[in-house]
Amino acid sequence: MSSGFSSKEGGVVVAEFEAPEVAILRSLVELVLGLVEPGETGDDPLERALGIGDGEAPSDPVLARLFPSAYDDQGDAAEFRRYTEATLRDGKRADARTMLDTARPGRTELTPEQAQAWLRALNDVRLTLGVRLEVTEEVHEEIATMSEDDPRYPAYVTYDWLTYLQDTLVRALW
Amino acid sequence: MVNVGSTAPIAVERPSSDVRPDLPWVTIVWNDPVNLMSYVTYVFQTVFGYTREKAEKLMLDVHHKGKAVVSSGTREEMERDVQILHSYGLWATVQPDSVK
Repeated sequence: MSSGFSSKEGGVVVAEFEAPEVAILRSLVELVLGLVEPGETGDDPLERALGIGDGEAPSDPVLARLFPSAYDDQGDAAEFRRYTEATLRDGKRADARTMLDTARPGRTELTPEQAQAWLRALNDVRLTLGVRLEVTEEVHEEIATMSEDDPRYPAYVTYDWLTYLQDTLVRALW
Repeated sequence: MVNVGSTAPIAVERPSSDVRPDLPWVTIVWNDPVNLMSYVTYVFQTVFGYTREKAEKLMLDVHHKGKAVVSSGTREEMERDVQILHSYGLWATVQPDSVK
């Protein structure tokens, strides 16, 4: 299994991945890309150009977590969303694409900019899985006591691996 | 937040800028079960330029108290902070400082 990221000179980080690990990473990032559609903006050409959307809160719990409401007040939250969500969606999609473009079996070497994209994209993948699996803060302990026959086991092990991978990336960038 | 329990790396000092408590709007970060303690600390350092020590203190406040004020300023400044924090997947909100 990959031992995660380590830092090199010039802010470059490197990791070695096995082909199945890259396949898992790619499929999960594609899952996020499928959920996070390009920023929806109104029909008005000016609103489109400025990335102004409809301001509606997403009903899907994963999307609600990836794009949280910035205000308690629904009106303020919708207004904020209208002006920011399209940009946020595009940013998350760009990060995901960077990860797809750079993840490869063998040695994966990332520039500081690519590493930031990985950091955010890996977190989006973890948030997506975490919401779907309804994980708690005790997830690590839960896996330790979970039977390998438990139908949730493979997903939890994957989630745990992603957690480990992200932690090594943070520490390599620190 | 969760901790994977690795050894602490050597801290890199970054320029610090204090949270200014006298300003009328605040950015709040809320605890969640997915984000890593190391990641949240790193994001606070990267986004706000806080020292490792300050970022860690704020991260622990979020972890133990459920939320923490991570920056204060004008409404526009706080909305910008929240947008950046959302890009990193943190659960952040804006509110007037008077709301507790």
